Amino acid sequence: MDITVNILLTIATAATPLLIAAIGELVVERSGVLNLGVEGMMIMGAVGGFGATYLTGSPWIGLLAAIAMGAVFSLLFAVMTLSLATNQVATGLSLTLLGLGLSGMMGTSFVGQPGERLPNLYIPGLTEIPVVGRLLFGQDPIFYISIALTAAVMWFLFKTRTGLTLRSIGDSHTSAHALGIKVIRYRYLAVIFGGACAGLAGGHLSLVYTPQWVENMSAGRGWIALALVVFASWRPWRVLAGAYIFGAVWIGQLHAQAFGIPVPSQFLSSLPYLATVVVLVLISRNKRLTMMNTPASLGQPFVPDR
Amino acid sequence: MMRLELVKRPQRSMLFSALSPFIAFALTIIAGAVMFALLGVNPLTAFNIYFIEPISQVWQLHELAIKATPLILIAVGLSVCYKANIWNIGAEGQFILGGIAGSMIPVLFPQFEGPLVLPLMLLLGMVGGAAYAAIPALLKTRFGTNEILTSLMLVYVAQLFLDWLVRGPWRDPQGHGFPQTIQFNDSAVLPELMPDAGRANWGFVFALIAAVLVWILMSRMLKGFEVRVLGSSPRAGRFAGFGLNRMVFFAFLLSGALAGLAGISEVSGAIGQLQPVISPGYGFTAIIVAFLGRLNPLGIVAAGLVLALTYLGGEAVQSALGISDKVARVFQGMLLFFVLGCDTLIHYRIRLVGLALTRPEGAAKREAAPKLKEAR
Amino acid sequence: MSANQDGTNLLEVRSLTKIFGTLTACDHIDLDIARGEIHALLGENGAGKSTLVKMLFGSLEPNSGEIFWNGQAVRISNPGAAKKLGIGMVFQHFSLFEALTAAENIALSLDDGSPISSIAAKARALSFSYGLPLDPESLVGDLSVGERQRIEIIRCLLQTPQLIILDEPTSVLTPQEADKLFETLERLRSEGKSILYISHRLEEVKRICDRATVLRHGKVVGHCNPREETASSLARMMVGNEVQAVVRAPVEGIDKAPPLLEIRNLNRKPATPFSIPLKGINLNVRAGEVIGIAGVAGNGQGEFFESVSGEVLQQNAASVRIRGKDAGGLSITGRRLLGAAFVPEERLGHGAAPRMKLSENLLLSRHATDGKAFVGSGGMVKSGAIQAASQRIIEAMDVRKSAPDPEAAALSGGNLQKFIVGRELDRRPSVMVVNQPTWGVDAGAAAHIRQALIELSRSGSAVLVISQDLDELFEISDAIAVMHNGELSKPMPIAEATFEKVGLLMGGAEPGHAEHSLETA
Repeated sequence: MDITVNILLTIATAATPLLIAAIGELVVERSGVLNLGVEGMMIMGAVGGFGATYLTGSPWIGLLAAIAMGAVFSLLFAVMTLSLATNQVATGLSLTLLGLGLSGMMGTSFVGQPGERLPNLYIPGLTEIPVVGRLLFGQDPIFYISIALTAAVMWFLFKTRTGLTLRSIGDSHTSAHALGIKVIRYRYLAVIFGGACAGLAGGHLSLVYTPQWVENMSAGRGWIALALVVFASWRPWRVLAGAYIFGAVWIGQLHAQAFGIPVPSQFLSSLPYLATVVVLVLISRNKRLTMMNTPASLGQPFVPDR
Repeated sequence: MMRLELVKRPQRSMLFSALSPFIAFALTIIAGAVMFALLGVNPLTAFNIYFIEPISQVWQLHELAIKATPLILIAVGLSVCYKANIWNIGAEGQFILGGIAGSMIPVLFPQFEGPLVLPLMLLLGMVGGAAYAAIPALLKTRFGTNEILTSLMLVYVAQLFLDWLVRGPWRDPQGHGFPQTIQFNDSAVLPELMPDAGRANWGFVFALIAAVLVWILMSRMLKGFEVRVLGSSPRAGRFAGFGLNRMVFFAFLLSGALAGLAGISEVSGAIGQLQPVISPGYGFTAIIVAFLGRLNPLGIVAAGLVLALTYLGGEAVQSALGISDKVARVFQGMLLFFVLGCDTLIHYRIRLVGLALTRPEGAAKREAAPKLKEAR
Repeated sequence: MSANQDGTNLLEVRSLTKIFGTLTACDHIDLDIARGEIHALLGENGAGKSTLVKMLFGSLEPNSGEIFWNGQAVRISNPGAAKKLGIGMVFQHFSLFEALTAAENIALSLDDGSPISSIAAKARALSFSYGLPLDPESLVGDLSVGERQRIEIIRCLLQTPQLIILDEPTSVLTPQEADKLFETLERLRSEGKSILYISHRLEEVKRICDRATVLRHGKVVGHCNPREETASSLARMMVGNEVQAVVRAPVEGIDKAPPLLEIRNLNRKPATPFSIPLKGINLNVRAGEVIGIAGVAGNGQGEFFESVSGEVLQQNAASVRIRGKDAGGLSITGRRLLGAAFVPEERLGHGAAPRMKLSENLLLSRHATDGKAFVGSGGMVKSGAIQAASQRIIEAMDVRKSAPDPEAAALSGGNLQKFIVGRELDRRPSVMVVNQPTWGVDAGAAAHIRQALIELSRSGSAVLVISQDLDELFEISDAIAVMHNGELSKPMPIAEATFEKVGLLMGGAEPGHAEHSLETA
């Protein structure tokens, strides 16, 4: 029983950064912007979170720094694609490349330093309840943020007027502009929100998942988050489900390696990436579903007539 | 509050088409100077070490060519993809698979020697890269799967596969446990061009030939026209009777083959054996090279040399100033950012709202360039 | 200027100017709109009408000039400001969101923060009171063009504007739907609202408008009372000089001519969630005749064009036959090689690649048919040959341009269309299929293109024209068929066709009963 709980807990820990980064990107894509820089923003969040914790000793300040780092870094993308109407694919790619380089440079002195882990929640009485206690009341704070964030984004997109406006921009920025909706402003806010989420996801990696700094520690999770958004056909609750499935695959292959299953570890390590490909193929086979849900203006640059 | 506003030009600006990479380079230098100053290094000293010293001697120029070879080969292929609006970003994986496929001959048949070995290796390298690139192409055409994500995921898979090979079945039994294959025999090593002057090998010549051939393809041939039409307006391409699915395969196979050629050239030329890591991210840096070269194969040759210099410079500042060699990645990223930003000037004039509402046409044009700097 | 009934006008525009690059789209425009009038803004395509109203609605920013609302100088910097003043707009190319419901679409333009459910109820009530039935829960993507326009109108009315701007509202309606719209407009006028009605259709302007302002090349060329003018006097004001009338000699014995284009029981499943299926279409186009296909936009014309052109292939090879050969399984290139030529509706991005030169755009549709002339050994493009050929077309069609070989996007709509049509005519095709030959084209170019199509048919080719413009079809066709909801009626010889008969079919009268209803009509 205890093993099961432990496995579930580690799955949640593995799923949380994927979930947060994907939820952020979902909002960005719902506004019609494709930011392929998730991996870069995530790794910047990771180095920022670790650095601030290392310098101040407080992982909570680290948490805030991770969010701020992701948000500021995404602003670079926003200025390029929204104000200068650059190609979103190329700009997102360059954001990732820049993030991987910059984080490596900033993190040189952090390599091998001990980190500080964000403490898990502990509520006397509740956390000790067998089985469900630790699952519900004994996890790290970012886990709770991730669940709350998913619910909040769901409510925002489908229950509020602002959310409706955001979706309308993703459907047709020309129509939105004709109605007087401030397309560029909404998109700026969406991109920055996405950046903050990616930063937070990165912070989770260096403050909870493995509380230390390792170069390229995001290991493709930003890209998997992007794939999750497609997999979820831009629906928040499906992102949640997808993130946990991937978390399970990730943890599953680690456990398989630990148990010494007679398969080369490299093959097991490549499972999450192969699983992403397989899942993308499965989801894209349903053309109607994809076509109905893809924000119609996704990736299109928008330059209003003046 | 000030706001950037873009005003579409009636025709693309020839002036900015030509100037944009240079403006971008200048801006990168400025940003780089700020960065070095922040790191507490005199920017002039740093630039000297970074950009001048690594190419002040002939043997160093050979090193530059070695670094530029894979970048140019890969970027030339990617330029065809990107012109066709097909986003292969998995060239790193295709590079690795090309290296692995080409190495089959010297690793599995070390006794096989002679003049046939190298051509066969190169051919296998191209086939390996192309075959690996065919996977995202197949998934895209068959199921409509997003090629950005699939081609990228396959990079991680390729890296792990190479890691397994050199630690497992292909490991050199006499290698004292080091994760590497046997050293290739002499007939499996790409010869150097001028052994007395430096290490540059025939790979560089392949890169130049590939650039010229692809340039002719893109600017003079019907196939290149097809690529450009399908990339810029797919519906017009369909109206012309050009098939998008065929184009996806063409672009992926071509770029995969060139990445594979780059991979086997690197392995058999610069390295001489397979190791767990055979690329410091050439496949990704080549994306920058492709854009810096404005997706023009001849421009890519120049861009490849510039980016190769950032690698050498990164190593130089690391040893001379103790700054992380990641500084090279930062320079590359900044350069791409500035290139993309400056390319906006080709199609748009930029103005700042709030300064003047009405102004004569000519004046606005002349002000476009300085305005960008103000905005930044 | 014009006389007003009582003091200040609702809207006065003085010297409004808008410059795009080198083009002065609006040049010192003056305009007065009184309360409770329907004011027409007349002008042919490219005269500056849309630019003017976009400035009034705050979507575009004028370079100079003044706008007075109720006598007060105002600056309308964005559509929100226009709405606050009380200006509502119904767009020509709708500003709707296909993936959202009608109610959500309406909610987006209301700023009062009321919940979507209450908006749905309000919209339903209002739509019934104006006789514009509407289901607020339906997805816009599933609606017809006429229904979409209703959403636009309801959305506009819910903001209780004092001035309503309608940009070419009838261009997407059947004559009967247009009548319904006119009733609504007259009711709004009786409620004291002002309407700015933009059109280039003279008959309807004469019918419903109280005053008219005429634009030409961005300038006001006159104000008038349209009821006192004749259609031809209005046309003269709009176009400047009399446009050469299109001449169409009647054809004899067309029944004996061989059919060059045959369509037999053509079916097509909807390709996207929002597209129209084609159902059992039959049609013959014979050598020497022009057949017109009328229909409200979005009734399957685009899908039909794609199927005939070969951009989409058919399962049954015999469902499209060109010059007696089964072509249903052939690609567009294969069909061209049989002698067919195609001109799609969308110029930029379909008929032409916007960022490519005209000479390259020539290659677009002719790289295979003129393979020997334009493409050399080893697939090298003969740039000299394509430039010479494009020069030949430019001269034949009188294409006006600013550079020797400009990008397609740099040409005006009319000139680019002349080039695209000329590109195909230059091949002397035996079958020509054109979708919306003169959409958004100025009168002079339109007449040129129509005449060229008639001449092609008289020289022995089969010409099929799909158009939403009934005037155009009546001008050039020898017979007219109507497309409605993916079905095509039998072609009606032009001598028997009237606007009313065609209009009924456009509105969905059973195609099967078409001939029957004609006899009784």
